[in-house]
Amino acid sequence: MMTDTATVIKTPLYKRPRCLTDEVTHYCSGCGHGIMHRMLAELIDELDIREKTIGIAPVGCAVLAYNYIDIDWSEAAHGRPPAVATGIKRVQPDKIVFTYQGDGDLASIGMAETIHAANRGENITIIFINNGIYAMTQGQMAPTTLAGQVTTTTPRGRSVEEEGPPIKVCELLQGFERVRLLARTAVNSPENVRKTRKLLKKALMYQIEGTGFSLIEVLSACPTYWRKTPQDCSDFIENVMSATFPLRVFKDTGKGLP
Amino acid sequence: MPERVAKTGNDAAAYALKQINPDVVAAYPITPQTELMHKFAEYVADGDVDTEFVQVESEHSAMSAVVGASLAGARCCTATSSAGLALMWEILYVASGSRCPIVMPLVNRALSSPINIHCDHSDSMGARDSGWLQLYAENSQEAYDNVLQAVRIAEHPDVMLPTMATLDGFILSHTIEALEVNEDDVAKEFIGEYKRDYSLIDVENPSTFGPLALQNYYFEYKKQQIDAMDAARDVVLEVGREYGELTGRDYGFLDSYKCEDADVIMVGLGSTMGTAKEAADRVRSENGIAAGVLKVRCFRPFPASEIADALSGASAIGVMDRSVSFGLGGPLYHEVRSAMYGSQTPTADFIYGLGGRDIPLGDLKDIFVQLDEIRKEGKAEPDVRYVGLRE
Ligand SMILES: Cc1ncc(C[n+]2csc(CCOP(=O)(O)OP(=O)(O)O)c2C)c(N)n1
Ligand code: SF4
Repeated sequence: MMTDTATVIKTPLYKRPRCLTDEVTHYCSGCGHGIMHRMLAELIDELDIREKTIGIAPVGCAVLAYNYIDIDWSEAAHGRPPAVATGIKRVQPDKIVFTYQGDGDLASIGMAETIHAANRGENITIIFINNGIYAMTQGQMAPTTLAGQVTTTTPRGRSVEEEGPPIKVCELLQGFERVRLLARTAVNSPENVRKTRKLLKKALMYQIEGTGFSLIEVLSACPTYWRKTPQDCSDFIENVMSATFPLRVFKDTGKGLP
Repeated sequence: MPERVAKTGNDAAAYALKQINPDVVAAYPITPQTELMHKFAEYVADGDVDTEFVQVESEHSAMSAVVGASLAGARCCTATSSAGLALMWEILYVASGSRCPIVMPLVNRALSSPINIHCDHSDSMGARDSGWLQLYAENSQEAYDNVLQAVRIAEHPDVMLPTMATLDGFILSHTIEALEVNEDDVAKEFIGEYKRDYSLIDVENPSTFGPLALQNYYFEYKKQQIDAMDAARDVVLEVGREYGELTGRDYGFLDSYKCEDADVIMVGLGSTMGTAKEAADRVRSENGIAAGVLKVRCFRPFPASEIADALSGASAIGVMDRSVSFGLGGPLYHEVRSAMYGSQTPTADFIYGLGGRDIPLGDLKDIFVQLDEIRKEGKAEPDVRYVGLRE
């Protein structure tokens, strides 16, 4: 019988999410941004929130996110997405508002906004792409660069004495009482991608419920400025990066929060 | 012997910073300044400089850190572009008000929104009232020379004001050109030692910087800054002359190209003036227009009387503005107009190149042709013209 194969072809398991545009992304091959965009697009479809979702695009490699995910977007100045998201959410509380930020944007120039939005417990979702580097501006040291890691501004490796150790955002925000969901994941393996998807879905659902500030930190590869192959990047996340940045749920306060 | 080398504008400015060997550099990356700081980070890593290099979390912190270091008695530099300069804005005033002779290469780039990484002068023009001196470069040679001279000018005891040496983003910062660099010890001797009369902590002269000064003293502080900016006029010229004796490249406020016999003169800043000189030559031979170019190298302090002198023989003037003061027009145009107060010479404002819109030779030749028509008609109508704009 040949009907089996015919059925498989007719109902493909892997479809382009409705809200992912046809645009070819500018991301390098092996880059984590592409995986995260697709995941986000799938979740927006699945939760049926396309017509009420507003994204805040960062200044960073994901600056063109609005070309790829077909929802309403606003750009924010470098580091300011949580403040812009706060403004939008306060005016349109029924909309789903998320920021999509790199480590330079979120933990360097924009650290104050991050901390204060978390402390206020804004009902927004922050997707924090941690690739340990300022990629868009060509691979300089970020606050999350590992000790000893070579970057364009630390050609001899990050020195903890000079530059301090990497900043751990989840650990930092853990004690903030109005934070609802705080987790660190990675997109370096199918298993981790699935875990990330679950957590991101939960974060969005909490926001739909109207109950809280969520931040999902995603360890994500930058093959170009790590100067590694995509496979080596995955191994690096698995064996090296997650030793400094352990993958886990730091906080999930369930339904209790006002 | 000076050496002839091939460098991008960013590398040229970084090389000047290397020769300055500042005590402290604090910076945050931004396109198109990034390579300048990469290069400098390499000099630090290779031990070519003794600089304390601080990689801070934003430009606001970068400028604050160099202000602190400057008050502590150090020679300090930073570099930025666009949004980075905008974020420094609060501290730009603190730096000039505290009389910190910080030197900053500024790689010109447009401001958001919409986001744009290419060259215009909105960033530096936005800072024109901040009490910083501003030097503009036509090419990488000038970028390098200006950064070195900026140290001498800024630190002069009569001046003690921060100075930015600008270079056009991408057009200069990312283009390789041949330039002549000084030998290290020649540069070092030219720059000299940095001495501050007051600094933290000098037990003989205890001091406080930036204290509260309300209706009682604030005005006097500002008058001292005004006086220092005025005093900088002589210093810019003196340092430019001395640099000329050393290198054969003289610098003043202005660079006047074929203006002596010119009927029509184009005034402007930065890299476009290089192309404008070529355009002037072409329209002289192809169209018989006696064209000249007046490049403003020093925009702050503004050389009003020198500009008026240089333009006094012209019958039509075109001012090139790569930025706009919304609700007024081109800032250079308005300053040139006020420098020319009382003159009847028809003058038009050409707003061009915003967000990096290209300004090819043909456009500049066409502007000379327009200026020649203005000359014949004796009036500039309309007086504001947009170059290369789709409408
Ligand atoms: C005020 C200001 N300073 C600096 C910049 C330059 N800049 C653009 S993106 C970026 C860093 C991006 O790094 P990250 O947020 O980690 O995102 P990635 O590119 O790695 O995804 C910097 C420094 C800017 N746009 N605005
Ligand atoms: S530079 Fe790095 S972060 Fe940016 S698109 Fe390429 S791989 Fe991704």
